[in-house]
Amino acid sequence: MNFQPSHFTAVLIFALFASVVFGITMRNTPQKMLRYGAWCFTLFAGSAIVVSWAMFLIAR
Amino acid sequence: MATTPKKAEGPTGFVYGPLIAGWLVPGAGHLLQRKWGRGALLLLSIGSMFFLGLAMQGKIYSGAHDILDLLGMAGDLGNGVFFFLSRIAGWGADSIQVTSADYGTRFIVVAGLLNIMAAVDAHNLATGRKR
Repeated sequence: MNFQPSHFTAVLIFALFASVVFGITMRNTPQKMLRYGAWCFTLFAGSAIVVSWAMFLIAR
Repeated sequence: MATTPKKAEGPTGFVYGPLIAGWLVPGAGHLLQRKWGRGALLLLSIGSMFFLGLAMQGKIYSGAHDILDLLGMAGDLGNGVFFFLSRIAGWGADSIQVTSADYGTRFIVVAGLLNIMAAVDAHNLATGRKR
């Protein structure tokens, strides 16, 4: 099997799985786990987008 | 008449069982403690990350030639049985030749590190430090 995602797709997959584990291990109740996981996913994906735009603007 | 205060209920049995089981098989430490949902999600997440890393032609670190290889191998070892299976079966690329292989190598290392976090969480559940 050969899977060759784009960089952004890889970031999203990474963020999804890492956020699930962070949510489960860092909080006690299912509701808090869900909220923390969603927060981590937003930070992972959001920071990748912000840093990408910063690098694009610096490189111009 | 004075009454003796009740002692807090401590952990019973071998508390390192979930830690070892969780390291060997992702999510097994939680499944042993009947945390079915958490265990299944951990197995799915960490297992998917590991096998997607392999599908991206990621490299499995086999020896410590320098400090970075040593750190990579420490991360890979966190995958437990998945790591040993991949070493026995010869899965994973020998060297990184395409861009996605670099992502895949990181996926495999991070899956191992996340599995260590999950195993420690299972240990905390067993000792009563976490609910």
